[in-house]
Amino acid sequence: MTKRSASKKQEEPKDHPQRLHLVERQRTNDWSRPQAMAIPMEGYFALEQGRYGPIFPRTPAGHGFTIIAKIKPGTEDEIRQYGNKLENALAGDPHILAPLQLHYLRWVLFNIGPDKYFMYQGIFDTDFDKYTEDAVELFTQTGINTIFEKLEGFPMDWKTNVPAFIKFLRQHQCPSFLEYGEYPYVTAVEIKKALRLKEDFSDMLDQMQ
Amino acid sequence: MESTVLELDDIQHFLISRPPALTARYEFLMFHQPACGRAWLKGILDKVGTAKNVGSNEADSRWVTIAFTWNGLRALGVNETSLATFPEEFRQGMAARAEILGTTGANHPEHWVGSLGSPDLHAIVVLFARNLAERERSTREHRKYLVECHGVEALSSLNLEAIPPFNYAHEHFGYRDRLSQPAIDGTGDVPTPGSGPPIKAGEFFLGYPDESGTRPALPQPEVLSRNGSYLAYLRLEEHVGAFRDFLREHGETADEQELIAAKLMGRWRSGAPLTLRTDKDDPALGADMQRTNDFNYGTMDPYGYGCPVGSHIRRMNPRDTAENMQRRKMIRRGGTYGPPLPEGAPEDGVERGIAAFVGCASLVRQFEFAMNVWVNDPKFKDLGNERDPFVGTQDGTFDITLPKRPIRKKIKGLPAFTTVRGGAYFFLPGMKALRYLATLEDGS
Repeated sequence: MTKRSASKKQEEPKDHPQRLHLVERQRTNDWSRPQAMAIPMEGYFALEQGRYGPIFPRTPAGHGFTIIAKIKPGTEDEIRQYGNKLENALAGDPHILAPLQLHYLRWVLFNIGPDKYFMYQGIFDTDFDKYTEDAVELFTQTGINTIFEKLEGFPMDWKTNVPAFIKFLRQHQCPSFLEYGEYPYVTAVEIKKALRLKEDFSDMLDQMQ
Repeated sequence: MESTVLELDDIQHFLISRPPALTARYEFLMFHQPACGRAWLKGILDKVGTAKNVGSNEADSRWVTIAFTWNGLRALGVNETSLATFPEEFRQGMAARAEILGTTGANHPEHWVGSLGSPDLHAIVVLFARNLAERERSTREHRKYLVECHGVEALSSLNLEAIPPFNYAHEHFGYRDRLSQPAIDGTGDVPTPGSGPPIKAGEFFLGYPDESGTRPALPQPEVLSRNGSYLAYLRLEEHVGAFRDFLREHGETADEQELIAAKLMGRWRSGAPLTLRTDKDDPALGADMQRTNDFNYGTMDPYGYGCPVGSHIRRMNPRDTAENMQRRKMIRRGGTYGPPLPEGAPEDGVERGIAAFVGCASLVRQFEFAMNVWVNDPKFKDLGNERDPFVGTQDGTFDITLPKRPIRKKIKGLPAFTTVRGGAYFFLPGMKALRYLATLEDGS
């Protein structure tokens, strides 16, 4: 399992002048031109220090995280039950996760040898590194913290120690080495606007029949 | 939920209420030996004002406030185990967090004055006074006291005083100040309309429940941290000449210049909010605390036709257009320094500005978030290439967009109206903590 160590986070990445140039050139607003971005091992091109560590870049697939951690033995069923809980919570309030400006979230359980691991992957438009506390607040509201409590190494005093919660997230964040966007840099808001426009236009045509 | 009972006799007065002072002197100190620092503290303890005393009607003309940097706590003899329990951002200090705060370029700590970015900075003592004569007396007394206290050195100082006209608080650019004051749960203060509910005391004072409903873990020992707060100090020079030149460049008439000034701030210089008075100033509204905060952005001004999204007040308090606002509030204290620049006078090169403290329970969650995201993030609210026009680090490469029908106005290459001349993180201990520090022994 690759896990970025604390010392690794503080290191300056190697210069990638050609890559930077390439990335700048590719970073266009042309949604019709699919793009990929290869990302250095550090998870970023140039070190930009955020409040809790380096800031990870926006890619053609948007902002995101991939948190991977080993679960405590015997907690798999409880973790799986969370799926139903969140489904019901969202049925009751479909906009509960709106502040994150999400595209997708994925929760996965998988084995490595005899051990069970948990993966939580999100793709969204907000800069997670900048709004981390808001995300943690949402995790609490939606009960995701109850899953985190089943993960090894999670600080059980997280309720009174949010920085420790954030540190755990960052220690278990595995940066992508490649991300791809079929419609690069398009936000969820823009997609929803386009769909609404299509719907309204379709309605208008129907009413003109 | 029950209201919190605040230990007003243990909390330094600084954040609970504004002392009835028109002037102050900040002295920045270094302790050469722990015992010297403790002796200095012991001798000045009885002059430190508490929230209980300053809020009462006691006739008093002196209020002293004392706060320490992390290096200062170490210099007083706090042991390493205890020092390690303070949050990382406080341990590192403001200068080391420059990149996170966005204090780069001309605002970078390498340009700071008064040894403010130095690890030798250990403490600040604020001498408040009702008038200049009283301030001078306090200054002389403290200078004399420092001579008696061998091993305590004043690295620098700054005199603060209100600028005319004195009938309302304002800064050198002419904007009315002190319009937003968080009401703290447990003080009995009632929030002004539009300011949201009272904020839990734990957002500002350590040892109380905060807006999460819990009591965050305290730095140890508890006697040192309880009833304390963190202070972020900023000395912000205001370039009044450059500001007035900018207004003249972008407004042909006096009314147009006032409108540009209002658009940068989000309020008319009288304090009247643009969201409530879009095209014309209303000084009576600006001065009326029952009305001047009674607005939101989400429903009343979603696109910023009144108050631009990138204006100062909309960045520093996005109200209903941001998440968890109750967890981002801060208490601001401080005042103006330097002589006012008379209207019509050319820039005289004399430093003038604001020297302010931001008080909070978490520097990283409250102050650093505000600086990193609200003030200096060019992408704030999808603006793309803007920073706070007053507090943001400006170098002529950022813009400000003024939404307007039918076509918006974009001013490119905003000049720097301010420069950060210094800053530091301090811990403002409670009274018991000050006594604890004063009686520490070496290695304790």
